[in-house]
Amino acid sequence: MKKFAGKGVYGAVAIGRISIFKKKDLSVKRVHRNDTAGEIKRVECAKNETREQIKKLYEKALKEVGEANAQIFEVHMMMLDDEDYNGSIENIIETQKVNAEYAIAVTADHFAEMFAAMDDAYMQARSADVKDISNRMIANLMGQKEENNASEDKVIICAEDLAPSETVTLDKDKVLAFVTAYGSSNSHTAILAGNMNIPAVIGVGEEFLGEIRDGQNAIVDGFTGEIYLEPDEETLQKFIHKQKEDEEHKKLLLNLKGRENVTVDGTKINIYANIGSVDHIGAVLANDAGGIGLFRSEFLYLENSDFPTEEQQFSAYKKVLETMAGKPVIIRTLDIGADKQADYFGLKKEENPALGMRAIRICLTRPEIFKTQLRALYRASVFGKLGIMFPMITSESEVRQILEICEEVRKELTGEGIEFSPDVELGIMIETPAAAIISDKLAPLVDFFSVGTNDLTQYTLACDRQNPDVEVFADTHHEAILRLIAMAADNAHKNGAWIGICGELAADTELSETFLRMGIDELSVAPSYVLKVRDTVRKIDLGK
Amino acid sequence: MLFVPQTINQGKKDVTMKTFDYTITDELGIHARPAGLLAKTAKELDSDVTITKGEKTAGASKLMMLMGLGIKQGDTVTVTITGGDEEKSCRIMREFFEKNL
Repeated sequence: MKKFAGKGVYGAVAIGRISIFKKKDLSVKRVHRNDTAGEIKRVECAKNETREQIKKLYEKALKEVGEANAQIFEVHMMMLDDEDYNGSIENIIETQKVNAEYAIAVTADHFAEMFAAMDDAYMQARSADVKDISNRMIANLMGQKEENNASEDKVIICAEDLAPSETVTLDKDKVLAFVTAYGSSNSHTAILAGNMNIPAVIGVGEEFLGEIRDGQNAIVDGFTGEIYLEPDEETLQKFIHKQKEDEEHKKLLLNLKGRENVTVDGTKINIYANIGSVDHIGAVLANDAGGIGLFRSEFLYLENSDFPTEEQQFSAYKKVLETMAGKPVIIRTLDIGADKQADYFGLKKEENPALGMRAIRICLTRPEIFKTQLRALYRASVFGKLGIMFPMITSESEVRQILEICEEVRKELTGEGIEFSPDVELGIMIETPAAAIISDKLAPLVDFFSVGTNDLTQYTLACDRQNPDVEVFADTHHEAILRLIAMAADNAHKNGAWIGICGELAADTELSETFLRMGIDELSVAPSYVLKVRDTVRKIDLGK
Repeated sequence: MLFVPQTINQGKKDVTMKTFDYTITDELGIHARPAGLLAKTAKELDSDVTITKGEKTAGASKLMMLMGLGIKQGDTVTVTITGGDEEKSCRIMREFFEKNL
């Protein structure tokens, strides 16, 4: 067994036989030609043929790896039409009276050397591009046809280096992995392999080439960049296991899509997603979240240089509700202040901003800002299932004031003949110890609670979220926090309200069972955690 | 090595030219794709456009030479426009740099 190491480009394990990628034999001879015009014409023909081939590669790449990665072939087409490149080829043919192949090969070397000599790794990698288009031209001149490495089985492709066009040309279904002796992570091949979901290791070194032969058994670990030639039984078993685990994990995630969030004993819980921008709705749907448990409306304020208008807000809320197509969407009213600042609010500088003028305190002090947002929200409510959630609540009177303002807004809209949904749910965040402690008084006033564990931790344990030095004291599993959540859950249910958790703790799978036992109705997590939490929930048995 | 713009003026009083300096803000500098776009844009103009960085100058419509200048973020380049509708070409080049680089 021999072990080599390079740089892993895509995390997966491949076990199989090696196939050495054979470059076409493009050894070019210098041949004297008197008919220089004829040679120049041959270059023209080869160039047209090459352009057509690159165009096809561009289209193949566009489909398989996306526009950003396919762009390199557009650059190849432009290089092909470069004045100096073409001028040099013609000049060599005319002055030296030589064949087209030779003129192209010399020109390619000249430009490749220019790039290789530059002090910038990105530009150095471009010499491969010049060689790629030139070799394609020469192959066309020699009448060599495109051929796939046609082997029966899937193989590990090993090469000195692979040109982007060679990587894309290979039949994806027959490639287990790519291994190259050279190549940098700047090379397009590295990027393309990653996008094709094929494990790849690059820059393994020249020595590797001397050791391999066709049909040899090998293991490629794209996670660590390690390669084992002729692995012993123990290593082989280890990697078969690793490969299986990785595949199972990826499959598991795929299989969990469309499944219910239900425990072994039949207890159900809603798993929703947290987002901070309209752009993230795609991730919510891709990860199969049941709804949006926290839509942070701050982006509308932070992205603007002045207060966003009712129309601006309305169109953003409408878009989210429409895209979620009837699934619940809970939008949190503005939570500016503390660590999120927008200049045009003209907020005073504070000694303790976390304990200062933020969130609902701004809204109640400056109701005109609050009303604009509420009008936009109510107007958008006809496009889906909307919940509105108010942050930083500490008292009963705050909640009563909020409800009065909501009532005013609804009356205004009715008076203006503007439609809104009668089923908009109103809820509050439980993120201060005060709100949790008086949750028995607050629950009758609202439809739901949502626990913001990040602020609840900060305020309960007196640990500044912005200060990394006190992070060790901010134990998120602290009994005080868990008791406050349990208390709020109890009081919510006694009063016919439901309760969710939308802070980071919601994604902490060590606590999933604890939350289920408290009777938490909903967990709202970052989109990428939805399926992981679902997996955990489906393994829990509350009957035990 | 291409001609430097100043030499064009020698002995030819009526030849004018327009130049402007631009500092690259794009984090990758003039890499392959913008160089390709720049070359394409410059080729469509009726003026000669050159890009100078330090002592090196390249025609803006020449992709490989342009890439050969190795222009990085923070580098200041001089763009020189000669012949044709200089006014218009200068405006187009300025807009191109501001938008893409």
